This record gives sequence, C-alpha cells and structure tokens, in this order.
Amino acid sequence: MKERQQIKQILNELFTSQKLAVLGTHQGGQPYGSLVAFAATLDLRNLVFATTRATRKFANLRSDPRVSMVLDNRSNRVADFRRAVAATALGRAREVRGKERERLAKMYLAKHPHLKEFVASPTCALVKMRVEVYYAVWRFQNVFEWRVK
Amino acid sequence: MTSGIALSLAEIKTEDRPRVGGKGFALAVMARGGLRVPPALCITPEAYLEFVAATGIRETILLELGRKSFEDMRWEEIWDTSLRIRNAFLQSPFPENLREKLIPPLEAMFSRKDAAVRSSAPGEDSAKTSFAGLHESYIHIRGTDSLLEHIRLVWASLWSDRALLYRKELGLDVEKSTMAVVVQEMIAGERSGVAFGRNPLDPAQAVIEAVYGLNQAMVDGTVEPDRWILKRDTGEVISHHEAKREKTLAYALGGVRLEPLAPELRGKPPLEPEEIGEVFGLTGKAETIFGSPQDMEWTYRRNLLFTLQSRPITTGSSETGDVRRWYLTLHRSFENLQGLRRKIEEELIPRMAEEAGGMAQISLAPLSDLALAGEIERRLQIGRKWDDLYKEFCIPFAHGMRLFGQVYNDRVKPENPFEFMDLLGGADMISVQRNRMMESLVGKIRKNPRLAKSLRRVRKEGLDPGFLKALESFLAKFGDQSWSKARFDRNPKAIFTLLLNMALQGPPRRGSARRGQKALGNKFLSRFEEGEKKFAADLLDLGRASYRLRDDDNIYLGKIQAQVVAAADEGKKHLRSRGRVLPPQVEGMDMVRALRDPRYRFKKSSSPGIKQEEKEAGIRSRQLVGQPASPGIATGKTRVILRAEDLFAFQPGEILVCDAIEPNMTFVVPLAAGIVERRGGMLIHGAIIAREYGIPCVTGIPDATSLIPKGTPVTVDGFLGIVIIGETALPVK
Repeated sequence: MKERQQIKQILNELFTSQKLAVLGTHQGGQPYGSLVAFAATLDLRNLVFATTRATRKFANLRSDPRVSMVLDNRSNRVADFRRAVAATALGRAREVRGKERERLAKMYLAKHPHLKEFVASPTCALVKMRVEVYYAVWRFQNVFEWRVK
Repeated sequence: MTSGIALSLAEIKTEDRPRVGGKGFALAVMARGGLRVPPALCITPEAYLEFVAATGIRETILLELGRKSFEDMRWEEIWDTSLRIRNAFLQSPFPENLREKLIPPLEAMFSRKDAAVRSSAPGEDSAKTSFAGLHESYIHIRGTDSLLEHIRLVWASLWSDRALLYRKELGLDVEKSTMAVVVQEMIAGERSGVAFGRNPLDPAQAVIEAVYGLNQAMVDGTVEPDRWILKRDTGEVISHHEAKREKTLAYALGGVRLEPLAPELRGKPPLEPEEIGEVFGLTGKAETIFGSPQDMEWTYRRNLLFTLQSRPITTGSSETGDVRRWYLTLHRSFENLQGLRRKIEEELIPRMAEEAGGMAQISLAPLSDLALAGEIERRLQIGRKWDDLYKEFCIPFAHGMRLFGQVYNDRVKPENPFEFMDLLGGADMISVQRNRMMESLVGKIRKNPRLAKSLRRVRKEGLDPGFLKALESFLAKFGDQSWSKARFDRNPKAIFTLLLNMALQGPPRRGSARRGQKALGNKFLSRFEEGEKKFAADLLDLGRASYRLRDDDNIYLGKIQAQVVAAADEGKKHLRSRGRVLPPQVEGMDMVRALRDPRYRFKKSSSPGIKQEEKEAGIRSRQLVGQPASPGIATGKTRVILRAEDLFAFQPGEILVCDAIEPNMTFVVPLAAGIVERRGGMLIHGAIIAREYGIPCVTGIPDATSLIPKGTPVTVDGFLGIVIIGETALPVK
C-alpha cells in the first residue's frame, strides 16, 4: 500500500517539476522518439501534448495509437544515478476535439502559457495519451509498476 | 540594500544603484544634493521578475527570440518580434500578488496627480554609451490602474525593437535582464530645455538650449531651440543663436501635440539673462554631485526651475556607418509622418511619374553610341537618386503603420497583435488596380474559348477587338513595370501564357481583409473619448496612407528602374550590332565604357549565381520556421522564383517561393496557393498582398530559395509560420 502511495507522489512531483518528455511512436515497427511539452491531468491517468498535424509523430500515432512516454528529472550529473527519477508510461494516444479539447487545452496552457498561440492554431492537434501502465524507477534500480485502471 | 519593490527617492541608498538604474539613482542623488526634482518612486527589478515569472512571459520571450538568429533578421522582423512580446505583456492579467504590493505606494504618492512612467534600465545612462530612447516612457498618466498598465508597457520595452537592435551593447539576456521603472510626478513646464555642462564639441564651453513648452519636440528636431554657448569657467554668454520661434509642443490627448506659438512669445527668447545663469548654475551643481559634466533636462514651471533628468555626457561617438542609427531615425512622430505623407503624395510620386514619363519619350534606338552611353549614365544617376530619396522618405513613412499599430494595440488590446493590419488593408493600391485589370482580361478569356486558342498560338491577329483594346490599355498603364528586367510589353508570349494560366484558375479569392473592416474601425474609434476621436480618425487615415503608399511608391520606383533597364537593353543591342560578344551579366557602367571605347574589355563577371544548398550527402531540410504572415494552410508544388522566366511560367496552385516579393511582381500572387519568402515581417509587400487575397504566407525563412527545392510538394502553415517540405501523409487541418 505504501509503495502505491509513494509512486503516485513521486509521479506527481515529477509531472509538476518537468516540462518536457520523450514520446515514443513507431512506423512499420521502426521506433521513433520525439521530445514534447507535456502536462498530466490531476488523476495522473492522462498525459497531454500538442503537435502540428504535419509531423511524423502525429502520422505515426494516427496509424498506431499505442505510444510510450519517458518522463524524468535527470540533471546530467553523476548524482543522477542515485537521485534521478524516471517514469515510463505506456498507453494509447488520440487527438481530442470539441469540449474535451477546450478543457484539456486550458489545463495544458496553465502549465505552458507561452504555447497559447501554438495550441490555438487550426493546424495544431492536442493529443491525449490515456495511460495504461506506469513503470517508475528511482534509486537507480528500484522499479515499481502501476496499472492504471 | 533597501528592501521593497517601490522605493521613494529618499529611500534609495548608494548600494541600490544597480537596482534602481541610472535614471532613478541620478534623481535620488540630486534630491539629496538639494536640486529641485519632481517626487518619484522607483519600481525595482524584483517587480519585473515577479511579473514575467508569474505570467509565463519569460518563456514567451525565449520562444519569440528563438525563432531565428538575430543576424538573419531584418528591422521589420525585429519590430514584429518586439510587437508580439509587447502584446504578451499587454494581454497577461496583472498578477494579484504583485498588484497588492504596488498599489499602496503608488496611491500614496500619485493619488490625484499626473505622473510620467519611465524606464530606468541598469546601464542605460552610463558615461560610455547612451541608450536613451531605446526604451519607452509615458507621460501624463493618471490613476493607479493606468499607472500599473504603463509600468508593464515600460517593462515590455526592455524588449523593444530598438533595444533588440542594441542587444549586444545592452547585454540583453532573457534569463538575466531586468528593468527598473521610475514613476515621477509630471511637471508641465512653460519653458524647457537641455543643458550640457561641457560642450561635446569644445571642452571650454557649456551649452544651453531652450524652447517654449515641452522639450520632447526639441529632442526629435521638430521645434528648433534657442541656443546659448557659454564659457564653462565663468558662465559668460559667448553667443546666442535665436530660433525661428513658431511652434510649441503641448500636452494633448494621446501624447503631445504641436501647436502654433502665441504671437507675443515669438519675438522673445524663452530664457531671460538671469535664468540662463540659473540653468548654468544647475550644471555646476550637478557636476559637483556626480563628479563629471552632465547632460541635463530642465523645465520652468511658474518660474521655479526643476531638474527632470541628468546623465553623464556621452563621450564615445557611435561608429560611422552603423545602420542602426538610421533605423532609430525611423521612429517618427505623428506630425513628422504627416509631413512625410505630404512630401510623398504631393511631390515625390508626381515627380517619379514625370521622370519615368520623360525618359519613356526618348527614343533610344537612333542614338549614337556616345549619346546612348551618356543617356545610360544619366539614367543610372536618376535611378540612384530615386533609390536615395526612397530610403530617405518612403521607408520612414512605413512607420505610419507601426505608429497606428501601437496605438491600436494599446487601446483595443486585441489577442492578435496584427489585427490592426486588417483595418489598414483594402486600400486602393496601384498593384491591386493592376491585378484587377488583369482579372478582367482573364475573365474575357474564360468566357471565350476561341480567344484562348489564338492566345495559345500567340497571335494578335484575329483577337477579339474588345479584348485587344483592354490589353492595350493594360499595357499602356502597366507595361513598363519591371521586375528583374521583365517587362509585360516586351514579350507577348509571356503575358499571354500568364493570362491563360490565370484563366485556368477560378476567379481569385478575396481575403478576409475587407470583411468586418467597418466593425473593426468602429471598435477602434469606440475606445476613444469624444474629444480624442478626431485624433484617432486622423491616425487611422495616416496608417492607411502608409499602408497604401508603401506599395504605390514601389510601383513608381519600378517605372523608373524600367527606364534604366530599357537604356541598358538598348546598349546591348548597339554593342551586339557591332559584333561585340557580351558576358551574361553586364553592369551599367561597363556598358557605358564599352559604348565609349570600342576596345574596352569586359571584366570577367563573377556571376551572382544562385546559392545552392550545401548538399551534404543525405542531409536536407524537412521543416523550416519563419513568421506567420497570412493565416491559412496550403499544399502544393513549389515554384522557386530566381529570374523573370520563373515568374511568367507560374502555374495556378503552385507555392510561390522567392527571396522578396516586390509590388512589381505581385501579379502572380492570385495564382499562388501559398507564399514563402526569405524576407521577413508582417509589413512587407508579400505579407500585405497575401492577406489582401487570403493566401497563406510564411515570411522570413533564411535562404528560402536555396533550401526549398523547386517543384517539390510543400505545406505552408500560415498560422504558425512553418513550411513542411515533402509530402505529408495526413490532412493537416
């Protein structure tokens, strides 16, 4: 029980302190990683990011919505091996529209106010990743899993 | 160090100097030294930092400045960048916490008084460099809300276009740069001026300059001051230069206004002899306080002398040939701009038309080689003369749009900082008239397949007489336009092909520019009080003229250039008829020399050539970032315009990729699905015409014509200012 509380707390801190994450998509089995500015919903069940529709990552997730995201707080120092926290999320991504887009955009822009114009552009998609499982790693080798129902 | 984010002059200690900036510190020192200075409050950099952190503006600035390298930016793009940053400051709600800290001290000092809100950036007034005028100042601000509003505008001006231009000298850095603000009670003097404790031109002298009214007009040269040269050691007047006293600057709505000077004051210098002594005494006191000769601003209100500002005399002269100096002169006052407008409309444009017409009447073919050489040389000079006049008068007048834009944004606070452009558009520009004439020719072709057939065979015979007449009147009016040596009237095949291509396309779209213009105009005017409405309407009129003339004056300049080209072409013909072999590119003066001297040898021209992308194996551009100049999204094959033939070969639905769109080439714009341009900015011709037709446009992509291959499918995202090269798998909207 304690671990479960801890993993949520760790994820929460990670999501509040970090702005960028690595999104993983694929095309024909070829993995493809991209850096995205993300925000998490309060219940930690969804990760949201914005992208223009002409990008490779968007094409990839349209043809297969199964995606991953790596979120971490490393600082590029040796101490990272002991102190850094990383979480890998697996789930399904889709573009949101209408009321849901409005709601999530508001949440997203509260974290990234400078992306207002970007998100407002008709060529920009807001993508919601519904997380199915988190793997969180800290103290180098401690790994916990959280299956999000 | 004194704590708090709003310090009165008495609270400022020596160690606060870096925090309160040069201006604030100088005021505090003078107040302590016994000079009469208006009461003031210094808002320290901590307030700025809290504002940009709480609103997320710090990231906005990083994003805006990261769009492209400064070295690749033109002044128009720098202005756009700073306008976007300024709008972010205007749009963000004032953080509640910060308001609560600022309101009590502001209310305590300025509750019912007018105040000036001025920048006091650290290092702004140092002895080595003078950056006066790079940041904003606002005068006659009343009421706490309005003070807060203007404090944030002064903060925004840390990133003004002028400051960005001097970013290296200022050490501008998004992470580190801050801005202190001085809020100071307004002293509306009846007589004002400046005083130099030491004449920059002669160290044995001091200088005093004075005008009736406010001294801003003196600083920008609108009102000529009386000038006294004094002996620096004794204060004895060496000479007095009397001004032609006709005008005075007074406070008015929306700023200041130039007014005629009362007749009884015109014959009288603004300062009495004993007052000259008093102002001179001020420079001595300030020099003692600061330890170096000072450049001071002062004013007399009801015969009491106030010191408004003091800064060390700048010793370092700016390097000559620094184009930024010229750029700074582009910031013009409303009156100055009205003068420019009259000059352009009433004098320059008629003279340009006359000059081009005069040249067109000379028939060049019968001239002897020597006479033709003389004529080419004369035309080259005329061309240079008009290029200079264009730079001196026409480019500065473009600031009319910018001035209007600034007032519009301040009053309307639109989400889109370029909304004001929609209000200026739709003006009856000559290029639009020309395009309309072409549209009517194209309309005739669409309706008449036989006509299209004869045009395809390039036969004038048998053409419908109505069409022929319309074509001739089009050529008479616009045939002599030139772009890269292309002229409509030189090559019937080119113009026929162009018209046929246009006929394939449906009637051109009309941009959203005109729609809602009236409503937008009313919205703008509704933000002004009754008494201000005339000023607002005049300003709108000026902005529209600036928008229209920016295009029109280019068309006339093009007519002159066409005549320069015509003479050079004739020179080529003459030389070829003598059996001379010419290199592909011949400079005008080379032609002149060759016509004068049959043995003249052409220098091997290093042909300008086209900069090719350095094709490292496997490396290519996939997406390029520029500036969003006209909203919308378009996909099509590129037509990269490098020479006139590319322009005439333009196919409907292609994406126009070019270095710079000039009014003389905008006739192909209605054919284009999208536009990509190397030159950047919202106020450039390409952006204006694209918005006029509602065509997506991205500007400011460095090396666009070499990085984007011809004939490749691209997507132009005019919302975000990006160009995606290659097929995109999905619909992007």
